[in-house]
Amino acid sequence: MYFGLSEDQIFFQDNVKKFLEDNAPLDVIRKIANEDDKTSKEDLHKGIITLGINNILIPEDNGGLGLDLLFATAVSQSLGEGLATLPFTGSYVMAPIAIKYGANEKQRNFYLNEMSNNNINFSIGFSEFFGSRNESELSFLKNKVNGKTFFVMDFDYATHIMVCDKDGQIGIISLESTGIEVVDLITVDKTRVFKEIIFKNTDIDILENTSSSKEAVDNAIDAGRIVIAADSLGASKAMLDKAIDYSRERKQFNRAIGSFQAVKHMCAEMAAELEPCYSILWHAAHSFDSGEKNKKIMACHAKSHIADISKMISKKATEVHGGMGFTDLLGLHYWFKRIGVNRQMLGSPEIIREEAAKSQSL
Amino acid sequence: MDLNFGKKYKDFTKEVKDFCKKYIAIHFIDSSKVPLSGSFKSGEIKMTRSDWQKILIEKGYFARSIPSEYGGYGGESDIIKSRIIAEEFAKSKIPPPMGGQGIDMLVPTLLELGTEEQKQKYIKPTLHGEIIWCQGYSEPNAGSDLASLQTKGELIDGNWVINGQKIWTSTAQYSQMMFCLVRTEPDASKHAGISYLLIPMDTPGIEIRPLVDMTLNAGFNEVFFTDVTIPENNIVGKRGEGWAVANATLSHERGSLSDPNAMMNRLNSLIDRMKKETINGEKVINNPVYRDKLMKIQGKVIAFQSNSLRVLSAKLNKNQDVKIAGMIQKLVGTELRHELEGFAIDIMGELGTLYENSPNIRDGGSWQIAYMYFLGLIIGGGTSQIQKNIISERGLGMPKEPKVQQGA
Repeated sequence: MYFGLSEDQIFFQDNVKKFLEDNAPLDVIRKIANEDDKTSKEDLHKGIITLGINNILIPEDNGGLGLDLLFATAVSQSLGEGLATLPFTGSYVMAPIAIKYGANEKQRNFYLNEMSNNNINFSIGFSEFFGSRNESELSFLKNKVNGKTFFVMDFDYATHIMVCDKDGQIGIISLESTGIEVVDLITVDKTRVFKEIIFKNTDIDILENTSSSKEAVDNAIDAGRIVIAADSLGASKAMLDKAIDYSRERKQFNRAIGSFQAVKHMCAEMAAELEPCYSILWHAAHSFDSGEKNKKIMACHAKSHIADISKMISKKATEVHGGMGFTDLLGLHYWFKRIGVNRQMLGSPEIIREEAAKSQSL
Repeated sequence: MDLNFGKKYKDFTKEVKDFCKKYIAIHFIDSSKVPLSGSFKSGEIKMTRSDWQKILIEKGYFARSIPSEYGGYGGESDIIKSRIIAEEFAKSKIPPPMGGQGIDMLVPTLLELGTEEQKQKYIKPTLHGEIIWCQGYSEPNAGSDLASLQTKGELIDGNWVINGQKIWTSTAQYSQMMFCLVRTEPDASKHAGISYLLIPMDTPGIEIRPLVDMTLNAGFNEVFFTDVTIPENNIVGKRGEGWAVANATLSHERGSLSDPNAMMNRLNSLIDRMKKETINGEKVINNPVYRDKLMKIQGKVIAFQSNSLRVLSAKLNKNQDVKIAGMIQKLVGTELRHELEGFAIDIMGELGTLYENSPNIRDGGSWQIAYMYFLGLIIGGGTSQIQKNIISERGLGMPKEPKVQQGA
């Protein structure tokens, strides 16, 4: 019995963390986020691809690494901690999983091979399935798609977009097709890119198995939620570490503020809530990988619980920094905002908890 | 990640399950002295509590790693087996072994630090439930700052003569013995002046006054000592080493205050209650606000349970570092349990306030009792605030509070 990340997983996680520390310090992140510095961003993306993060979940037969979701979860912690301005959850986790469960053999081999060569990159628009908005009206008809999908993630280097309708049917659209309008969205989190996409009679390749089964969309969303939770966990850890460091250095009343119980207890509260988050996160990823019957409940709770705890930490860690925490100077807000956006991605906590209740027949 | 315990443990689980089936219907013929830690089904098989302890020891389900010469099972310590036993007992609702401070705290201490004579004399009858112990640590003026305790012990003519007062002494009224911290070296520094003494409770000069707590049970007592005289060799460790001896047992206590199995059982009872209870003709479980709160609590309980698995794993895999994950269990576990119990009261509304043997009471009033009891546990065994000091200073490496200058 061993509960935790393996040596290989920790090694991979540390590599990604170190890569970001070396290549994406906060001033680089700022340039990418505020000034749209495409060169820096592209260098980062190329560099991180050489570490293999795009290939984690692609089977070895298709040229991938054939690793599991716990690996992706471990990596995602580092991406959140290092504010990676890169696609991951949609492009490299949800897309291969949706294809694995939803595609026929021909589709599967084509897309996975091209993905592992980095010739195809997916952007993901699944919002219609778990939280459809009235104005969307995304509809698939005879290999054509109409309507719009709101809040598309990981558009950065996308060649294709994968969308899901409210019945769980998944289709793939090449961005070279006609009838695609891309609308830039501006969220509070400028470390990542989100779009709205409008389709007008656009060609779509429906993943064959998804017309009769929700397995693909369910698995993709469960996995996506776990990996987003990991991102928030990493971001929370970064914020807590910064708060502790700051409380040791900052002096008032001739003492380090970290020696005051009021400050100490804030940090202890953050740590006390954060530690079980690692546990539920890894447990959820493991349940997913081993196909346990409670895997959906675990994924839902990992996402919604970590959304709540990371929200608390993003507030409290900022407060420990006093006025400086509120400034742009320190840049804490990048993590704060990333946590804020992660909280809503693939479903807000209330929506997800209701899914957890339903999936245990309550 | 590997959550399988292997074939050996699969077989063991089956063995324990079969055992639980066999003893599902025990009825104890002697009266309850020390409350058991869980609820259990009562039935046809009649025996005494001590008999039950002996059966459990014989099977190795209790006192597993305690050497047989001291009345234990004499097996290897096996964390996984202990966990399987606890889980299966909780699931099947057969009586758990008697616990209490003698078994949970004194026995491990004697095994580690006691003399051979003390081990021979005390461990076996303690395991069999024949000697019940109470813990004499806290005093009216020594709570969180336990090491400032003032109960005095003087060595006069080969006997310790003890004067002073203890408080928060659970089970003192049933106990035959007390393990007690006493200041024996008044000139030594605060921590170096304490000794760990073993006091027979029938010694003249001991007065026990029950202390009724907010649940209206006399769960605690005050114990007064007036010239209580006990033999010199009723000491564990050397004179002045009592603080170190006590710390060996405090670590045993903190681990036991927040049991994830009990938490999961309680959550399941809460879900059952929400399915049964109705409000304005609708089942409570279908009320969206209550559902969401329930799911929120379930998320926390699963996170807590997963965390205890991680802590367990670190005991089996020595290279795993879970320092902070282990430190937070008392704080998180007791606070979460209190929240869970309190929420159950809320879903019942006015009915949730019923107590004792009131008409219409649900689940024997256990939600109110536990709601208050766990507030007690948030405070006892090191308050939540003390836990936060420990987590921040020892876990996160934050600076200590500057010492207040003498005379300031």
